[in-house]
Amino acid sequence: MKIALTTQGSTLEALLDPRFGRCRFFILFDSETQLISVIENTQQLNATQGAGIQAAQHVIRAGAQALISGHCGPKAFRVLKAAGIPIYLSDAKPLTEVLQLFDQKALNELTSPDVEGHWV
Amino acid sequence: MKIAIASGKGGTGKTSLALALFMANQERCVLVDCDVEEPNCHLFLPWQRQPQIPVTRPIPQFIAENCQSCSQCVEACQFNALAQAGPQNILVFAELCHSCGGCFLACPHQAIQEVQTEIGTIEHLISTQGEECIMGTLGVGHSSAPSVIQTTLQHVPRKAQAFTLIDSPPGTACTFVAAVEKADFVLLVTEATPFGLHDLQLAIQALQDLKKDFAIIVNRMQKPDNIIQQFCTQHGHKLWLQIPESRQIAEAYSQGNHLLKAQPQYTQPLRNLLDRCAQQINPTGHHVSS
Repeated sequence: MKIALTTQGSTLEALLDPRFGRCRFFILFDSETQLISVIENTQQLNATQGAGIQAAQHVIRAGAQALISGHCGPKAFRVLKAAGIPIYLSDAKPLTEVLQLFDQKALNELTSPDVEGHWV
Repeated sequence: MKIAIASGKGGTGKTSLALALFMANQERCVLVDCDVEEPNCHLFLPWQRQPQIPVTRPIPQFIAENCQSCSQCVEACQFNALAQAGPQNILVFAELCHSCGGCFLACPHQAIQEVQTEIGTIEHLISTQGEECIMGTLGVGHSSAPSVIQTTLQHVPRKAQAFTLIDSPPGTACTFVAAVEKADFVLLVTEATPFGLHDLQLAIQALQDLKKDFAIIVNRMQKPDNIIQQFCTQHGHKLWLQIPESRQIAEAYSQGNHLLKAQPQYTQPLRNLLDRCAQQINPTGHHVSS
C-alpha cells in the first residue's frame, strides 16, 4: 500500500507537516517494498488560491492509496474523496512514529473536512 | 466624459462626493455606482427601481462521456479551479474560476462546456426628476467583482449625459482598476490623516501606471494647512477642494440625506469642480456641453 504523508523534511525522521495544502514535501511510503519517494509540493506561483486542490492533485498523481496529514479543508477533501483516497489525521510527530500508529490502526479517518476553506 | 470618484482608503467620502457632484450637476450627469460589493448611492435618493438585469460569466461544466482523461484542462487552469480525481473524473470549483476560457480551449475532446452563471445584477434607477443611476451589485458568495464593474459600465446609456460619474470601490486592487480604467479623469477623495495620505500615495501610483490624470479632494478637513495639502504642494498635485469637517453633513448622511441637503452652498463649487474636470480633459472646450 502506498501512503502519502505531509512532511517538513525529506526523510522518515522528519516531522509530519500538519498543513496539507501548503506542506513543504510529501513522502510516499510503500508499505510492501518499504521504499520512500519524496515529492515536492510545488505550487503554481501565480495561483493565490487552491493550494489544497493542487496538493490533492499531487497525491492522486503519485498513486497514493491513503493520506496522512494534520488537517484537510473542504476543497481538498472533495478531490481526495472523489479519488477514493482516505485521509487520516496525525499530530506533528516523526513519520516513523506516525506510520507505526497507522499500522496499529490508531489514526482516525477523516469523514468530513476538519478546517474551513481559505476562500469564499 | 467619464469622471471616476475614487480613493485608496475606504470611508473617505467617495459616495458622498459622487452623490453631491451628481445632484449639483444633475441635468448633465449620469451616476454609475461601481462599488459593486456594497453599492449605496441608491439609499440617498427616492429612486424608482427598474427590473434587474443579470450579469453572467462562463463557468466550465464537465461532460464525462467525452473525456479522454488527458488532463489538459487541469494543466491549462492557472487558478486551480479544476482537478482530476481519476479517469473521466474532472472536478470543477466554480468559486475559483476566473472565466479565462483556457480550459475550453485546451480540451481537445469537447469535454468542457461553457455554462453561463449569474454572478451579480445591474439596475437602472430613475428618480422622480428623471435623473439616472446605473448600479452594479455583486452576488452574495461571488468574488469576481471586476466582471460586474465592467458590465455595469457597459450599461451606461449610449446617448448619455455630458458627464458620467463613476463611484468607484475603495482600495487600489483590481476592482479599483476596473472602475477607473475607462475614465477620462479621476477625483481622488482622501482625509488629512497618515492613513489617508498613505493610501492616497498608493492610489496615485496606480493612476500614474494607468496614465490617468487626477485631482485630489480632502474631505472632513480640520485645518486647511494639513498633511495632504503639504504633500500636494511638495509633489505638484492638483488639490482642488477641501470640504471642512461638519457635524451637519454627518447628521444628514446618517439620515440618508446627501451633502447638498445639509449644505446647499456647495452647489456652485461642485458645478465649478465638474467644469474644471472638463477643462482638464479637453482644454479647448469644443465638445463640452453644459
